Amino acid sequence: MMEIGIHHYLAVSAIIFTIGIFGIFVNRKNVVIVLMSVELILLAVNINFVAFSAHLNDLTGQVFALFILTVAAAEAAVGLAILVVYFRNRGDISVDHINMMKG
Amino acid sequence: MEIGTVLPAIAFYLFASTACICALMVVIARNPVRSVLFLIMTFFSAAALFVMLGAEFLALLLVIVYVGAVAVLFLFVVMMLDVDFVELKQGFAQYLPLGGLLAFVLTVELIVLGTTFRLPENFSAQVPIEQGVSNIEAFGLVLYTDFAFFFEAAGLILLVAMIGAIMLTLNKKKGVKRQNVSDQVARTPKDGLELIDVKPGEGLS
Repeated sequence: MMEIGIHHYLAVSAIIFTIGIFGIFVNRKNVVIVLMSVELILLAVNINFVAFSAHLNDLTGQVFALFILTVAAAEAAVGLAILVVYFRNRGDISVDHINMMKG
Repeated sequence: MEIGTVLPAIAFYLFASTACICALMVVIARNPVRSVLFLIMTFFSAAALFVMLGAEFLALLLVIVYVGAVAVLFLFVVMMLDVDFVELKQGFAQYLPLGGLLAFVLTVELIVLGTTFRLPENFSAQVPIEQGVSNIEAFGLVLYTDFAFFFEAAGLILLVAMIGAIMLTLNKKKGVKRQNVSDQVARTPKDGLELIDVKPGEGLS
């Protein structure tokens, strides 16, 4: 209990990951919170990578986490831009209404 | 109980519980502005966990990139959108049982998997972390050599995201006079000056 190993970090990562999934499920009216949930999921993945990197004494995991950080930032920028355009066209940000193209 | 083992454990449980509680508050908070603030708190706690794992560079990067850029971007968008905050939480109770059940099952599965797996015995590190070399120095030694291609690919991704975000949100309003530099430079005396031969006694009609 007092010896903090990789399993503790994996448990934290699992909890944050599922909170992200939960957030996507319950916030049907607010795309901003859905985007934040995606950020939480990516953070959980990063914690996993860094924990394994520290445990296996290999820097590759941390380098990969750096690239995940890059992609997450790009994803947030483009996602928020799409959100702003969507709000400008429709006047709300509900997930349920994003079916206008009927694809 | 030795103080050397208790202190890291206390710090870990403090930061881990803060991260988990704030992450939960992100998704259940009523006000999106509060959600963004809880998101910032979550990232701070995660950065502290990174420091405990020995990844100082990533921890500081998390604070700079997420708290400094992404969270502020979220905050801007939340404040820019003129939406009814009460309306946004509708459907929460409707999807709560399904989402909660799924999240619970997933958490149990992931924790069981995380606590029972065994690492391979014959693992050899690709880029071993050397003692005596600081984290950022180790990063610098491999990032521009072994991972140079991935580094450039990441730069390309950021460029594409920047162009995409600008193109999506740029809107040209009709009826606003703008300066067009190329038109101004291309202008010749022939375009700007018109000579009219006015006949005496008639004037211009």
